[in-house]
Parts: sequence; C-alpha cells; structure tokens
Amino acid sequence: MIPAVVVFTYLGVVLYIGIFAFRTTRQSSAEDYFLAGRSIGPTVFLLSLFGTNMTAFSILGASGHAFANGIVTFGLMASSSALIIPVCLFAIGTRLWALGKRNGFMTPVQMFRDRWECGHIGTVIFVVQAALLVPYIIIAVMGGGTVLQAITNGYVPYWLGGAIVSSVVMAYVFLGGMRGTAWVNALQTTLFLLFGTIAVFVIGSGMGGFRQAMEALLSSPATSPLLTRERVSPMYFFSYTFIPLSSIAFPHICIFCLTARNVTYFRRTIVLYPICMLLIWLPSVFLGVIANQATAVPAIEAKLEARAQLASPGTTLTPDDRARLRAQAAGDDVILRLVDGYAPLWLAALLGAAVMAAVMASDSQILALSTMFTEDVFAFYQRSSIPTGAGTRRFQDMQVLTGRVFVVIVTAVAYAIALRIPQSIFDIATQYAFAGYSSLVPLLVAALFWRHSTRWGALATTVWTATAVAGVAVIQSNIPPPPPGSSITVWSLGDLPIVTRAATGTFVWGMLPVVPMTLISALLMIVVSYATRNIAMPSDGTLKRYFAA
Amino acid sequence: MRRTAIAAVAVLYVLHQDVWFWREARPLVFGFMPIGLFYHAAFTVASAGALWLLVTFAWPTHLEEEPGASPRRRESA
Repeated sequence: MIPAVVVFTYLGVVLYIGIFAFRTTRQSSAEDYFLAGRSIGPTVFLLSLFGTNMTAFSILGASGHAFANGIVTFGLMASSSALIIPVCLFAIGTRLWALGKRNGFMTPVQMFRDRWECGHIGTVIFVVQAALLVPYIIIAVMGGGTVLQAITNGYVPYWLGGAIVSSVVMAYVFLGGMRGTAWVNALQTTLFLLFGTIAVFVIGSGMGGFRQAMEALLSSPATSPLLTRERVSPMYFFSYTFIPLSSIAFPHICIFCLTARNVTYFRRTIVLYPICMLLIWLPSVFLGVIANQATAVPAIEAKLEARAQLASPGTTLTPDDRARLRAQAAGDDVILRLVDGYAPLWLAALLGAAVMAAVMASDSQILALSTMFTEDVFAFYQRSSIPTGAGTRRFQDMQVLTGRVFVVIVTAVAYAIALRIPQSIFDIATQYAFAGYSSLVPLLVAALFWRHSTRWGALATTVWTATAVAGVAVIQSNIPPPPPGSSITVWSLGDLPIVTRAATGTFVWGMLPVVPMTLISALLMIVVSYATRNIAMPSDGTLKRYFAA
Repeated sequence: MRRTAIAAVAVLYVLHQDVWFWREARPLVFGFMPIGLFYHAAFTVASAGALWLLVTFAWPTHLEEEPGASPRRRESA
C-alpha cells in the first residue's frame, strides 16, 4: 500500500503546483497562459522540454518493447533521437523562437499562415495536426491506467486509474497553463533522471547480479537473440531514424520552443539532451531486456508463458485467443513488475512516483491542443468581429477561457477513446502520431529555409500526410496481425511485395511507413510549389521578413 | 570549424547504422552489457560531443539580436 500512498501524494503535489501557478501569476493575457509570457528560464527550459518529449511511451513503451524485442529498442529510438532531436532544435527550434518573438506567433499554424499568406489552408494544417496529437494524449491516459492498476495491485482498476490521472493532469493544466505545466514537467524530469539509475542497481542486486542474468539469457536459444539485433533487418533499423524527426513537428514541442526567455537557452538543452536520453532510456531498455530472466516474479512468468504459447509452432489459435495471449504477453508494465518483485518498499514507492511522472507528460499535448484551437480557430475566425480598444481586453479573457474549456473537452475525449482501444502503447505511437508528424516536417523546413515554397505545396504535403496516416490505419484495423515471423502481402508489384502487414505493424519495402510518407511529403512540397510559383508566391515583404539574411 | 561540426553530425548519422555488431552479443562490456547496447550508449555520448561542436562553432548568432516589434506584433498588443 505504501507505493500507492506515495504515488497519490505525488499526484497531490503536481496538483498543488498547478494551483500555485494559478495563484502567483496573472495569466490574464493569452500569451501568459499559453506561453508563460515567453519567460521560461534555462534550467526549466531544458528539463521541461525533455520531459515534454518523455511520455508513457518512453518509460513503459520502451521497456515493454525491449522486453519483447531486446536491446534493439535502444538503437531504434533512443540513440537516433539523441542525435536527431537536438539537431532539429538547433536548426528549426531556434528559428521558430526568433520568429515567434518577432511576430507574436503562439502556434506553428500562425507562422504558416503568415509565411504563405493563407487562411483556410492553415485551418487544414490545424485539423491534421490536432487529429495526430490525440493518439499521443491517449497513450498517456492508457499509461496512467496501467501504472495505477499495477501499483495498487489491481485495487484501482485500469478505467479508474486512467480517470484519476486524466483528472489531475486536466486540473493543473486548466489552472496553471504553460507555467504550471513547465514546472510540473521540470519536477517530473528531475524525478525520473534521479531514480532510473537507482532502479537498475537495486533490481540488478535483487536478481543476484546482472552478469549471471545476462549469461543465462545468452545460454537460452529463446532469449539469446534479445541481446543482438538479428531479429530486425538493417533496413527496418534505418527506417526508424525517420521517427525522431517527428519531435520538432509536434505542436507541443514547437510551442514550447516559443517559451524560452532567450534563444541562448537552446544551447545547453541541445548539448545535454543526449545525456538525458541516455540516463532515461538505458535503464528502461536494460530492465526491459533483463526482465526476461525474472521468472521469480509471477506476473512476468505469466507474460513469458503467454509469449511462448504464441510462438510455439503448430499451435492453432483462434484470433480471440491470439489477441488475449498478445495482451497477456505485453510488457508495458514490466518495469513496475520488476520494482514490485525486487526493490525494497520505500524505493518501489519512489520509483512508482517516477514512472507516474513520465506517464503524466501528456499535459503539454493537452495544453498545445488547447492553444491551437484557441489561436488557430477561435482567435483567427473571431478576431475580426471583436472591436478594438476595450474589446481587446475582453477578447484576451475569452481566449484564456476558451483554452481552459478546451483542456477539459480534450481530456474527456482522450479518456473515452483510451477505454475502447486495447492496442499496445508502442504501436499506436509509432504508427499514427510519430509517422504523421515526421511526414509534416517538410512544412517546417520549407517555411523556414525555402523561399520558393508556396501554400499549395503546403496543402499538398498536409493532405498527403492525412491520407497516408488514414491508409495505414485502415490496413492496421482491417487486416488482423499474422503470427510473429510471418507477413501478409497487402499490395505487390508482380512478385515483389510492396506493402505488407506483419505482427508488429504495416511495412513498405520492409521499412516503416514513415520513410515513404516523409519522402513523398517532401517531394510534393517541391513539385507543387514549383508548379504554383507563378500564382501563389508570397509577397516580397513577407519573403524579406523570413529571408532577409 | 563550422564545417567540421556539421560533418561530425553527418558522420554520426551514418555511424548509427552499425551493421558490424548486428549478430554479436559478446563481448559483454563491464561483464553484463551486450556490445551492441554499449555501442549505442557510447554513440549517445558522442552525439553530445558533436552537438557541443555545433552550438559552439555553428551557432546562428543573428538570432540572438533582440527583435524589434513587427507590425503584426504591435497590432496584437
């Protein structure tokens, strides 16, 4: 019960931070509520930006993926992200900050509208961005339900755990806005930076040392491939390097880039980002892998038995049985099971709070969605109907109120969806949100670095992204996953399979769909912009503001 | 040095695709860490070094100038 008490205390603390932010700041203007008045300091900027990227996916999803797939998880997502995300912050984030400061932008769509002199195309971009952000929020709700259920040994069911976590997040975002969210994220990052490494050593000691555990894993033909990457192809591994591109295109990251008081705060964040990745991901992946040897923990043993049953040749399983076994074998709660089995009670309690911190990183996404709706839809379409002078003040108040109402609506919708989707955290994140946002990166690159890009190129890129994500979703939902190790050809050219469905998702030429999605997206931006350069080039004044140097 | 910094980042991107440790778990570094995992942990530390070069020698200093209020900004103020 002690871990549950500590976790609920933690929830109380973050709720208080939201209340504190509400009481101590004015938050009377939209810029203050949504961007903390562009006044975030260097340390909070680093910790909070990193924490914003670390969600249930990185802690629970990563260890769950490593539990099933081995050490490849670190190379797939962590080390590539450690290089690519900071490079994107360097090249794109700093320019977004400068443009936001100069022009008063609060969302990426405001910048796109200004850069390409468009209105409704910006609304299309908003719709696609918002639709892609919702799955990311759902991941966090699912993570909250999973963590509270595991920590309380099932006393708090999944549905109630998700409801509690969603309510707490909603409350402090509602009250504290960006300032409260940034403070909570900084606290969360500090927590899991501190306790990740401790968890590795304590659990390793509890298991009798990692050396023996590793040797045991290596000696078994069933588990030794987990310590190499022989189960994935180099092409698949390469295609994962496109996923971290998505980070800078996520609206909550773009928007967070606008909150720094000074652009020099990016320097420290860029350099230290890989180190933070290492401190979080290495323990998560290592513990996920080593859990395969933790047969003394009954819950983990049950997962391993379910996996063995799924993989045993000659077994005929109904689709329902297969789905049940797949859910039983899923490793999203494996870290918590290890902590439960091997860590002393006091540490289990603190680690539970740290994991809960990671799970609750959906706050930034909820606030971003609220900011986007308020600025890109409400303010954009209502601004002309509001009188100047005294009306401006009333309009600011309405913006903040609209943002807060939207926070409540987004959270409630995400929770309702989370109760109905039983798919693994990792699959949802990769197939929908990450791939879609990577495919939207050409929008940012073209807007900031290519003066010949046009609004029609931007529209083509956005429509393509929406179509491609919908296509993947249709394949995923209509073609049941085949048994592990086999694949179903969805579309082929002659004998050459192009699009295939495997147990782990949809593939194009053996790569994740994110690769063709992003490349075609970039190609469309180039081709359509060239085709429309005579009818849709922005004015010289606009181009001068963006490309004066 | 600016070009060196950019080249270092590009080289690291290529080195991420380490096919040479693909099917090897041994040696176990420190007695417990498979070589493939250790390589990518070291890669992550090297990334921090390359990024330090980038922000030191290729920093977009023109962005540090305090921007003046634009017409759009004044309008919304």
